Amino acid sequence: MTKMPSILVVDDEAAIRESLKDWLMEDGYSVALAIDGRNAIAMVGESEYDVILLDLKMPGIDGLETMRRIKEICPDSEVLMMTAYASVDTAVQAMKEGAFDYLVKPFDPDEVELQIKKIMAHREMRLENMMLRKRLEEQTQYDEIIGKSQVMQEVFDLIDRVAPSDSTVLITGESGTGKELIAQALHGNSSRCFMPFVAINCGSLPDSLLESELFGYEKGAFTGADHTKRGRFEMAQGGTILLDEIGDISLKTQVDLLRVLQQKEICRLGSEGVIDVDVRILAATNRDLKASIAKGDFREDLFYRLNVISIHVPPLRERKEDIPMLANAFVKQQCMEMNKEIVKISSGALRQLMDYHWPGNVRELENIIERALVIGSGNEIMTHDLPFSSNDASTPDSPKSLKMMEKAHIIKILGQTKWNISKAARELDIDRQTLYNKMNKYAIKKGES
Amino acid sequence: MSECIYVCPLGSVDEEILDCVTTSLETRSKMAVKILPAMGDPSYAFDEKRGQYSSKRVLKRLGACCPRETFKIIGVTRVDLYVPILTFVFGAAQMSGQCAVISTRRLDPLYYQEPEDHNLLLDRVKKTAVHELGHSMGLIHCRDRRCVMFSSTRIEDTDFKKSEFCHTCRELFRWNRNRCLGSA
Repeated sequence: MTKMPSILVVDDEAAIRESLKDWLMEDGYSVALAIDGRNAIAMVGESEYDVILLDLKMPGIDGLETMRRIKEICPDSEVLMMTAYASVDTAVQAMKEGAFDYLVKPFDPDEVELQIKKIMAHREMRLENMMLRKRLEEQTQYDEIIGKSQVMQEVFDLIDRVAPSDSTVLITGESGTGKELIAQALHGNSSRCFMPFVAINCGSLPDSLLESELFGYEKGAFTGADHTKRGRFEMAQGGTILLDEIGDISLKTQVDLLRVLQQKEICRLGSEGVIDVDVRILAATNRDLKASIAKGDFREDLFYRLNVISIHVPPLRERKEDIPMLANAFVKQQCMEMNKEIVKISSGALRQLMDYHWPGNVRELENIIERALVIGSGNEIMTHDLPFSSNDASTPDSPKSLKMMEKAHIIKILGQTKWNISKAARELDIDRQTLYNKMNKYAIKKGES
Repeated sequence: MSECIYVCPLGSVDEEILDCVTTSLETRSKMAVKILPAMGDPSYAFDEKRGQYSSKRVLKRLGACCPRETFKIIGVTRVDLYVPILTFVFGAAQMSGQCAVISTRRLDPLYYQEPEDHNLLLDRVKKTAVHELGHSMGLIHCRDRRCVMFSSTRIEDTDFKKSEFCHTCRELFRWNRNRCLGSA
């Protein structure tokens, strides 16, 4: 239930205070009364009022001074001056100092009602603006995508041009390159930015679960469906949906998605009826979908529906000039999160960061910086704070064999993902079974580092 | 048990107007409504400076003089009413209280130098009486312009709205009435 706006009436005449209170209460406002300026200032210090109806001429602290002090305590309060003296000078002075307007006593009933409605509309608009701004700041992640390299500038240009359209976009790139951030930037810079942005990782869910997540289900649609559930498409109504890891979905779900793209409608599991959906579809993958099509794993018609516009996010090794900026941004962000003073990155450490080939891309860089900040103790990130030494298997110049490099890399990723096999497999861009096979092959056991 | 709504003429008031108020209140409240003998002009409420009558003082007097079994009492007067902060009021009520008053002065088309129109006057009286009864039953102004509880700050507002409660106000009115009667 909405809170009723609160009004503080400040007047030294009891009859005025009481009659205003009665009048305003008929409109449903919550009304408090102050007998003079001093009383009003004390009350504003204790409670918040949406509107303050303030008499200009009062004994003790006059209306103007009271308003000044009220504005110091609560700058958002709107003050409506009341005066029995229709002095334009005083009124102008009051408005110059922040009064919303002034009323000459006694008021015409419609005049006071109109003024208060104007103030309320003004306040609502201001609050709405604040909320929209906050929402926009939350949703426009554009600034979070860091890159001064030519390749990233091209990506930004593409986002600028593509975001305002309603076209489906296929975002490709290796794991950890920030495909979801690109999707959020596309949403945040579109006309749908104030509507929901819903992301779903299609690769992390079994087929049956993915179907019910995407399209929802009716109560009784299957065993355990004890209530009706809205799917992600319905949740994204009016906004944008990101189908992450689209290359991993089954052929059956591909057919269902094709229907959404073609007919802009979905059907909940167990329901006969269709639901119209107005959702912009973005898809992301780290797979080569053309190769999947050739193998028969991905429908060509779905690919062309999704690939209306494609944005390729380059791997970090192809934009190494962005590494210092990215690394420093992560240092700053994580120091703030850890509530510690911002540290520097030593030139040696930076050189190592630049030399590394970053198979895990930006996400890996972020993890390495976090690790360095946790284990490092000084006010500078040194080479020994980084997980790769000069003869580390994962550095390109490493003398070790390919097999040893692979083993070391798997161990490193497992460590970074806290031995979560699914996450590690995703990072390594292989399926879980392949990861298990490799762990067996190299005799990698949990806890190894 | 105080289950009767009284209509009380304050000074000389046209009988047709009193009947109109009685019928409309009966219809909307589904309660018995009776007309009391006239109480005389509210001269006690006259403010010389303003040349108007204080509605607050009228309400106070009504409360003091009403019969014991009064559920609500509505005074009807021809004099011009005011509250200190406003230039005039068409009527006034004690919010969730016992007393209300309406003035026919500014409801009459003649006040606006318009041709005499008795039906229009009766229609306005009906709406104003039901509106004030609504306040006395705890209802606040409604946002629906067609609802009788919409705030009338100009006569045009009164003419636009209907003499009936909107669905929500009707439910609230009924709920409040039953609650008051139940606890009476």
